[in-house]
Amino acid sequence: MRWLPWRYMARNLWARRVTTLLTAGGMALVVYVFATVLMMSEGIRSTLVATGQPENMIVLRKGAGAEINSAIDRGQAAILSTLPGIATDANGRPLVSAEPVVLINLPKRSTGKPANVTVRGTSALGAQLRPSVRMVEGRMFRPGTSEIVVGRATAEGFQRTELGQTLRFAGREWLIVGRFDAGRSAFDSEVWGDAEQMLQAFRRNAYSIVALRLADSGLFEATRARIEADPRLALEAKPEQRFYAEQSEALATFINILGLSLAVIFSIGAVVGAMITMFAAVASRVGEIGTLRALGFRRRAVLVAFLVESLLLAGLGGLVGLAAASAMQAVDVSTTNFQTFSEIAFRFVLTPRIAMQTLAFALFMGMIGGCIPSWRAARLKIVDCLRAA
Amino acid sequence: MFLLRLLLKNAFRHKLRTGLTMVGLVVAICAFGLLRTIVDAWYAGVEGSSSTRLVTRSNISLTFALPFSYGQRLKAVEGVRQVSWANWFGGIYITERNFFPQFAVEPVSYLALYPEYRIPDEQKLAFYRDRQGAVVGRKLADKFGWKIGDQIPLRGTIYPGTWNFTLRGIWDGAEAKTDESQMLVHWAYVNEWVRQRYKGRSDQVGVYMLGIDEPNNAAVISERVDKLFANSLAETMTETEAAFQLSFVSMSEAILVAVRAVSLIIVVIIMAVMANTMSMTARERLAEYATLKALGFPPGFVVRLLFGESLLIALLGGLAGLLLTLPLAAAFAKAAGTLFPVFQVSGLTMALQVLAALVVGAVAAAWPAWRMSRIDIVQGLRHVA
Repeated sequence: MRWLPWRYMARNLWARRVTTLLTAGGMALVVYVFATVLMMSEGIRSTLVATGQPENMIVLRKGAGAEINSAIDRGQAAILSTLPGIATDANGRPLVSAEPVVLINLPKRSTGKPANVTVRGTSALGAQLRPSVRMVEGRMFRPGTSEIVVGRATAEGFQRTELGQTLRFAGREWLIVGRFDAGRSAFDSEVWGDAEQMLQAFRRNAYSIVALRLADSGLFEATRARIEADPRLALEAKPEQRFYAEQSEALATFINILGLSLAVIFSIGAVVGAMITMFAAVASRVGEIGTLRALGFRRRAVLVAFLVESLLLAGLGGLVGLAAASAMQAVDVSTTNFQTFSEIAFRFVLTPRIAMQTLAFALFMGMIGGCIPSWRAARLKIVDCLRAA
Repeated sequence: MFLLRLLLKNAFRHKLRTGLTMVGLVVAICAFGLLRTIVDAWYAGVEGSSSTRLVTRSNISLTFALPFSYGQRLKAVEGVRQVSWANWFGGIYITERNFFPQFAVEPVSYLALYPEYRIPDEQKLAFYRDRQGAVVGRKLADKFGWKIGDQIPLRGTIYPGTWNFTLRGIWDGAEAKTDESQMLVHWAYVNEWVRQRYKGRSDQVGVYMLGIDEPNNAAVISERVDKLFANSLAETMTETEAAFQLSFVSMSEAILVAVRAVSLIIVVIIMAVMANTMSMTARERLAEYATLKALGFPPGFVVRLLFGESLLIALLGGLAGLLLTLPLAAAFAKAAGTLFPVFQVSGLTMALQVLAALVVGAVAAAWPAWRMSRIDIVQGLRHVA
């Protein structure tokens, strides 16, 4: 069987430029929304997953779920630091960091409205536990002082966070001495200070969490069993990566569901647009179809020709939409993660998988929009066609 | 009249195409309305707040508590008539998916501050008397099928352990915008539990709710309160209930902006579809319009024909979409349950839906109308042959 040449289909789109443009434009917008949503939830996920280290473990009060709900008193923290299997640093100290985690209100740069920022009390060991964190400006806070360092996203997103300025919270002035970059992880949206100073200032006598590094990630199960079996503790331990992945779940799922249901509704509009265009394409070329059939092209060839034309149209829209969405990768967004109740900055992440899904979605729209008109074109009788011409 | 008949005939000449365009319009206008309603629902807490209520919280952030002793001092502040307090309880009912807000409150003063929560007197009394009692909003009770006397088990996240509350009353909102998706329990009961387990962490209050005499004094009274506790161990931040609720809304601002943008994108999409339809229509009727012009009709007539047809289709589709929005919103509200305490299509939304349809119709016809008004009669007539 003979197929119609590609050029024929492509040229038809070119011949009806305005219509092609409008239809593909509509599809591009739908594809853009579809891709952006996927990129957004992927961005949140990858930000939080990147926060965890494979050998690190995080210990919280049983059932707490989030860092700010959790409480671990000094006695419990001391027990945790004597657990076997904990890695040590160059000086032989166990890599354990007991940290108070609290939220403070800071005004955002963009709107001036306050949002919750996570403040983490930590130590030199805490910084060692997070190798992704490095100072980009200034220096680390000195232990035992009211000095703080701010994450990159916090510094960019909130007022009064320049080096040398002070933040007032918990009845003290805290001097900002440095700015750190945490490699696009959740720590970027935090403020760090000395753990003991924070406990003092916030008048707490319990830490929020304990983070520790295991000598070997294979030791995780044994350590967890030991912690959960200890009646003095009533704590639960999680691999850091899983803990942070869980923190992203609700927000990522919410955005996914909201966005995808929108994309599906929108796609109805775009499919209708494609259908109208293809019906018109068929109607205006009845004579041509008849001629092709008379020349010996089979029904199937005509069907495929129109279907491919519709797919080309959708593919064009898909590529334009994807290109526009990929430009979004340069945009930083920040919103409140309602699971942790604190601000998190992330960016849109385009993975090959998302690109494939997006294009498949576009072609699917083209397929749906094109199949009825193509079928109708293929069903036309040669005689009627030629008579109409 | 003649023009209208001509428009109707013209609009439905191509039944399939007009039908498809209308389907697109209905979907778009419907989605536009639903999205706006979702954004509105986000602001429902702000709408439902009273101008005679102030909220006092720790000025570090909402997660820090205030001492219980502040209550007495707040009562003495000039202009404050009533004082009540609430703690976020943060319990999980069976699974995390069943999220709804629970507050541990001082029942008598709290319900006095919220007269819009209408509870029958005997249920109110039963709630006051039972320390393990709870009251819930109608919507919440309906969602989980709770009846008075039922045990409601909650797994505490802030107050660890399993809690059992007995349902003693169900409130109906005085207005549609009243929140009916919360649960209230006794603050004293929770506090006693904390006192037994965690020494030194009891007698803490999340927020104080102040009833004031005169809404105009809100700013003055807020200042008075904050000055009273300035430089203390727990400094306060007092704002109107509306501002307090807005601070929650502004947290998810990025998402709201996205939803708003998306609701406009869908209008643009449908504009493209509609413009496509109209330009195709115009192209096909080239000869007709040339004939009309040859008969002596002015170019304005052709323009009116095209605009009229476009607006007619857009309006029909828009109205159908508008009518469909109401049952869909009702279904959505039912499905979303307590996620959105209030979910109502506002009058403004409906007006905007119609406006959006008209704009789509007008914009879609602009380009073809301009072209058709300028066609050369001879060329147009030649097009037939």
